[in-house]
Amino acid sequence: MSKRRVAIVGVAESDFGETPHLSLNAVHGQAAARALSDAGIDKSQIDGLFTTGNGGLFPLEMAEYLGLRPTCVDSTGVGGSSWESFVEHAFAAIATGKCRTALLVYGATPRSDMKNKLRGGEIALSPRGIAQYETPFGPTVASRYGLIARRHMYEYGTTPEQLAAVAVAMRRNAGRNPKATMSAPITVEDVLKSRMIADPLHMLDCCLRTDGGGAVIVTAADMARDCRKKPVWVIGTGEAVSHVSMSHMNPLTISPARRSAEIAFGEAGIGPEDVDVLQCYDSFTITVILTLEAMGFCAQGEGGAFVAGGRLAWDGELPTNTDGGGLSSNHPGMRGIFLLIEAVRQLRGEATAQVPDARIAACNGTGGFMSHCGTVVLAGD
Amino acid sequence: MDADWFHPVQDVESERFWRSCREGKLLLKVCDACGRTHFYPRDHCPFCWSAATRWIEASGRGRLYSYSIVHQNPLPPFKGRCPYAVVLVTLEEGPRVLSNWDFDAPLDRLECDIPVTVAFRTIDNGLVLPLFRPEN
Repeated sequence: MSKRRVAIVGVAESDFGETPHLSLNAVHGQAAARALSDAGIDKSQIDGLFTTGNGGLFPLEMAEYLGLRPTCVDSTGVGGSSWESFVEHAFAAIATGKCRTALLVYGATPRSDMKNKLRGGEIALSPRGIAQYETPFGPTVASRYGLIARRHMYEYGTTPEQLAAVAVAMRRNAGRNPKATMSAPITVEDVLKSRMIADPLHMLDCCLRTDGGGAVIVTAADMARDCRKKPVWVIGTGEAVSHVSMSHMNPLTISPARRSAEIAFGEAGIGPEDVDVLQCYDSFTITVILTLEAMGFCAQGEGGAFVAGGRLAWDGELPTNTDGGGLSSNHPGMRGIFLLIEAVRQLRGEATAQVPDARIAACNGTGGFMSHCGTVVLAGD
Repeated sequence: MDADWFHPVQDVESERFWRSCREGKLLLKVCDACGRTHFYPRDHCPFCWSAATRWIEASGRGRLYSYSIVHQNPLPPFKGRCPYAVVLVTLEEGPRVLSNWDFDAPLDRLECDIPVTVAFRTIDNGLVLPLFRPEN
C-alpha cells in the first residue's frame, strides 16, 4: 500500500450520551456537518457514501437525507468493525479512481430508544436460518463474550481482576475527556463488586449504551493537501471474518484480529512495537485482552498480565482508547468509527489525553460476537 | 412480543433435525465425499462443498468447552429463568454446539472440559431442545 495516497481529512462526533433533541437521522447529519467543517471542504466534493446499520436501504435514505447523490456507495454490515472495513474499501475506491472524497457516517440512539420504549435491553435475534440453532437457548450478547472470557480464564489463568484492570484504565482515560459519559474514577474492586451480568463479566466489564454518531472524511492525496488541517495517512488496512455462531468460533481464545492486523501491519511495513497509540474495540473487557494478544502486543495467553498496572492508560506504556473507549466514553452499538476519530485526533495533537509525539496509530474494530475484525494503521503527516 | 418468538423457524434444511430432537435423537451430518462431520446441518458440506451429505445420530456425549451464567436477560422467557447457563459443548464426533446447562443440573458443577451428555427437554408448546448435563 502506497503510504501517501489516501488520507483522513475530517473527523467529528455528534452530540452523544443521551440526545433526546436529535432524531436518528439528525445524529448522522450533525456528525457529517461537523466533519465537513473539520475538513474545510465543500459538500459538493463528496462523491462517496459509506454507512450501515439501520436497515437494508439505509445508504439510500441517508444520501437523500443529507442531500447527496454519490456515485460510490457501500453498506458493508459486519457490526462495529464496519467502519474499519469502510476505510479499506474507500481506500480501494479512491486508489482506482471510483471515488474522490468519501463520507463515512454513523449514528444510533439506543439510549433514547429504550427510554421511549422503542427497543428493549437485549437484541432479540430472529431464530431463522443459522440463528435457529442458538437463539432458542437465550445467549445474550454479554454471555457470548462471557463464553470467550471463561475459556480464556481456564486455559491461561486470566483473572477477574485482570479483566477489571481494562475497565479501570479506560475510565482513567475518560477522566481527561470532558465529553465522556462516565468519568468518575473506578477501582478493580468497584468492577468486581458491580453486579454480575453474564458470568464472568460484571456490569463494569460491559460497554455503555449511549446515543451518538460520528463521521470521517477520506480523500485522495492531492485533495488532502488543500484541507483545513494536516492529513492523516492511511498506511495499512486489513479485515478478517471468523464466524457468527458461537459454535463456530474455534478456538474461542483467538480474535480474528490476528489475521486482520497481520495484513494491516504488513502493508504498513510496521510491527506492534511501532504503534504509539492504540484504539481497540472494547465492547467488553475480554475483547481488549483477546485483541492485544491477536495483534501481537503480547504473547497469546499473556493479555491478562499485560493489562495489569495501568499499561493501557493514556500515560502508560501502550496508550489505548485515550478517549475512554466504549467502556467509559460512548457506545451507540457499532463503535468502530470512534476509534478512527480518536486516532486522527492523537496524530494531529488534538486529543484530550494527548500522547506526546504520537506518530503511528492502530485502530482495531471488532464486529458481531468477536466475528469480524478490521484493522487500520494511520500515520501523521 | 409473541411468546414463541425464540422458537426455531424450521425450514427444509432443518426440519429433520428438530423432528429428531422430539424423538430424543441428536443429529449431525457427515459428508461421504470428504468424510468430515458438521453441525448445524447443511445441504452442502462446509468443508468441501459436496452435496453428498447424510444424517447421522450423535452419541450425545462430549466435553464442556465453555460456559457463561446469564444473570440478566430482559427477554421472555429467559428473564424468568435467570440465572441459567449458556454452554458450548464439543461433541465426541467433533462438531461443537451451543446449548443450555440442563435446568435441574447444579450450576456449581460447571467446569471446562468435564464430560457431559445430552438430555432432551420439552420447553413449551411442543418445543424440544437438546440440553447438556454432567455425565455422572
